[in-house]
Amino acid sequence: MKKLTIEAKVEYLDRVLAFVDEELEAAGCPMKTRMQIDVAVEEIFVNIASYAYAPGVGEAGIGIEIGGEPRCARIRFSDSGVPYDPLQRADPDITLPAEEREVGGLGIYMVKKTMDTVSYEHRDGQNLLAMEKRI
Amino acid sequence: MLDIKMNQEGGKLTVALDGRLDTSTSPNLEEALKGAIAGVTELVLDFSGLEYISSAGLRVLLGAQKIMNRQGSMKLCGVNDVIREILDVTGFCDILTIE
Repeated sequence: MKKLTIEAKVEYLDRVLAFVDEELEAAGCPMKTRMQIDVAVEEIFVNIASYAYAPGVGEAGIGIEIGGEPRCARIRFSDSGVPYDPLQRADPDITLPAEEREVGGLGIYMVKKTMDTVSYEHRDGQNLLAMEKRI
Repeated sequence: MLDIKMNQEGGKLTVALDGRLDTSTSPNLEEALKGAIAGVTELVLDFSGLEYISSAGLRVLLGAQKIMNRQGSMKLCGVNDVIREILDVTGFCDILTIE
C-alpha cells in the first residue's frame, strides 16, 4: 500500500487528490470512477481536516492499494483526532424540496452511495476509515 | 482550478464554469454569485467546462437555488455524465433544473 502522511489541512486537499489520482491513473482507472473516488477522498479528508483536531492541527494518513480480482482500489484514512465514526451520521432526506434541504451529512452520504464498501473502526487511538471501489 | 465567467444581459445572468467545483474553489463561486445575483431573474449555470463537483459545490448550488426560488429561475446546462450521476445520487436532480 502506498502511503501519504500529511498535515490535515484543507489547503492540502490538492496534494491528497494528486497522490490518489497518480495511482488511479497508473492503474488505468476509468475517468468516471476516478472522479467518484476523488469526491469520496475529498469528503473524508476535508472532514478530518475540519473536525479531527479542531481547534488544533494534526496529521492524516492516506493509503491506497490497487489489486485483486475484480480489480479494486482500496483506500484507507487514519487520524489520531477525536474518535468519530462518520458512517453513524444519519443520511440526509434527499427527497425534500430545495427550501427544506440542508447539506449537512451530504458528503458522507455521497461516499456511502458511490463506493462499494466503506468501513470504520477506532483502534489504538486512531480513526481508521477504509473504502473500496471496483475500477 | 476553477474559472468563472459571467455574462449579464438584463435580468439574465449566465455563469460559465471551467474546472473543478470542490472544497478549495467553491468559496470563489459563492463570492462571485453573492456579488452578482441581486436583481437577477434568470440564472444559467453553464457546466460545459466543469469536470468535477463535490458536496462543497453542491452546497453553493443549493444556496443559489434557494435565492433564485425567491426571485426567478435557475437552470444548469452542459452537465456531463459524471456530474449528472452525482446530482442523481444526492437527489439534487430533483431540486435543480437540468437542461
